[in-house]
Amino acid sequence: MSRPIKVVMAKLGLDIHWRGVYLVSQFLRDAGMDVVYIGNKFPEQIVEAAMQEDPDVVGLSTLGGNHLTLGLKTVTLLREAGMDRVKVFMGGVIPPKHIPQLLDGGVHKVYGPDTPMETIIRGINEAAGQ
Amino acid sequence: MNLDETIERALSGDTLTIGRVISLVERGDPQAHEVMRRIYPLAGKAYTVGITGPPGAGKSTLVDRLTRRFCQEGYPVGIVAVDPSSPFSGGALLGDRIRLNIKKKPGWDIFFRSMSAGKVVGGLAATTRQVMRILDACGKRIILVETVGVGQMELDIAGATDTVLVVFVPESGDTVQIMKAGLMEIADVFAINKSDRAGGQDIAEAIVNMLERRRSFYRTDWSPPVLLTSAMRNRGLDELYEGLLKHRAFLEEDSRLERRRKSQLKRELQQLVEKEVSRIVWRRLSGSPDLDRFVDDVWGRRTDPESAAREIVERFAGAVAP
Repeated sequence: MSRPIKVVMAKLGLDIHWRGVYLVSQFLRDAGMDVVYIGNKFPEQIVEAAMQEDPDVVGLSTLGGNHLTLGLKTVTLLREAGMDRVKVFMGGVIPPKHIPQLLDGGVHKVYGPDTPMETIIRGINEAAGQ
Repeated sequence: MNLDETIERALSGDTLTIGRVISLVERGDPQAHEVMRRIYPLAGKAYTVGITGPPGAGKSTLVDRLTRRFCQEGYPVGIVAVDPSSPFSGGALLGDRIRLNIKKKPGWDIFFRSMSAGKVVGGLAATTRQVMRILDACGKRIILVETVGVGQMELDIAGATDTVLVVFVPESGDTVQIMKAGLMEIADVFAINKSDRAGGQDIAEAIVNMLERRRSFYRTDWSPPVLLTSAMRNRGLDELYEGLLKHRAFLEEDSRLERRRKSQLKRELQQLVEKEVSRIVWRRLSGSPDLDRFVDDVWGRRTDPESAAREIVERFAGAVAP
C-alpha cells in the first residue's frame, strides 16, 4: 500500500482569481494525485494546513502581486515550523524578473501563464521523487 | 528522530509529528504496524461521531459548526474527512477543508486531516480507523469523521464510530425513499440540513413516521431524533449538539458503548483476518504453477470452482508454508 502524491493547493491571501488553481487541481487529480484544495488562505493558515495534512507539495496560486510578500513568507514559515521536506510550487501571474528572488527564497518552481500542464505534472512528480 | 521519539512527540500533541505519523500509516510504511501497536492501547478515550449523507448535503459545513461548539465546550477536536478517489486515475480532489473557516480562540485545539478513499467503496479509507486512533491517543477528545458523499449502501461509518449522524436535505426523497434499506438504518441522529428550503418539514415527518413504525414493532430503546438544521444560517445547531450528547449519554447506560465498540471490533477483526488469509494465500500461490493447475482442473470439469477454492485455502493458508 502506498499513498498518492499529496498536494495542498491554496489561493494566496485575498487573490480570488480561482480559475487557474481549479484547472491545475483538476489535472493533478487526473494525474493520480491527492489534491487538498484549501481555498483562500494566508501564510499562517497554509502552514497550519500543511502541518496537519503532511503533503509532498504545497502549491500557491497567485495573480494578485503578493508573491514576494505572502509567497515568500509562506516558505519561511513552513521551514520555521519544521517542514523542511515539503516543496513549494508557485503559479500564476508572476513577473519573470521576480523569479530568481522567489527561487532564492526557497520556492522550488515557478510556473507562469501558458505553462503546459505536462510541465507542471512532471515538475511535481520529480519533486515528490516519483 | 527515531520511532520512540516520534511517537512520544505525537502523543504530547505536536501537530507536525501527528501529521507525519498519520502519513506513515497511510503509506503502509514498514514502521506503521509498530506505530499502531504502541498507539492502540492509548486510544479509546475519545467520543467519535460519524457524519454521513449524500454529496452536497452540507456535511462539511456541519462539521465546521460542530467543531466550533465542541471547542467552545473545551474539547480538543480531531477531524478526519474522506473524499472519493477516481477509479480511473486514482487521484482525488479533497475539498472538505475549505468549509472549515474557524477563527480559533485561545486554547482551541483542532486537527483536521483529509483522506482519499482509495479503492474502498464503503465511504471511508482503508486507514481511517487507524487515523482516528492516532488522533484519539494524541489527546483529541472528540473525533468527527466525515464520509465521502454516500448513496444508500456505503455504511462503513456505522462500524467505526459511536454515534452516526445522517445528513439529508429537503430534496432527499419521499416516503418510499425513506423506507429503503441501508443508510436510513444506521442513523443515531438525523439532520435535515438546508431546512430553510421547501420540503424540510415533509421529509422530517416521513422519517419520524418510519421510525415510529419501527419502534412500536421492534421496541428499540433509542429513537433517533430528526432535527431541522441550516448550517449556513446557524439554525438548529444547539438542538443538533444536544441530540448528539443525548445519544452519547444513552450509550453510557447499561454498558451500551462497550457492547457497540466490541461488536465493531469483532467485525474489524473478521475483516482483518480475511485480508490476512487472502494475503498469505496469494503470496504463496502467485507465480506458482499450482494456480494454473487448479484453473486447468476447473476448466476440464475435474473439479468445480468452490471445491478448488476450498482446497487452495486448506493447502495454502496454513501457518507453515506447504
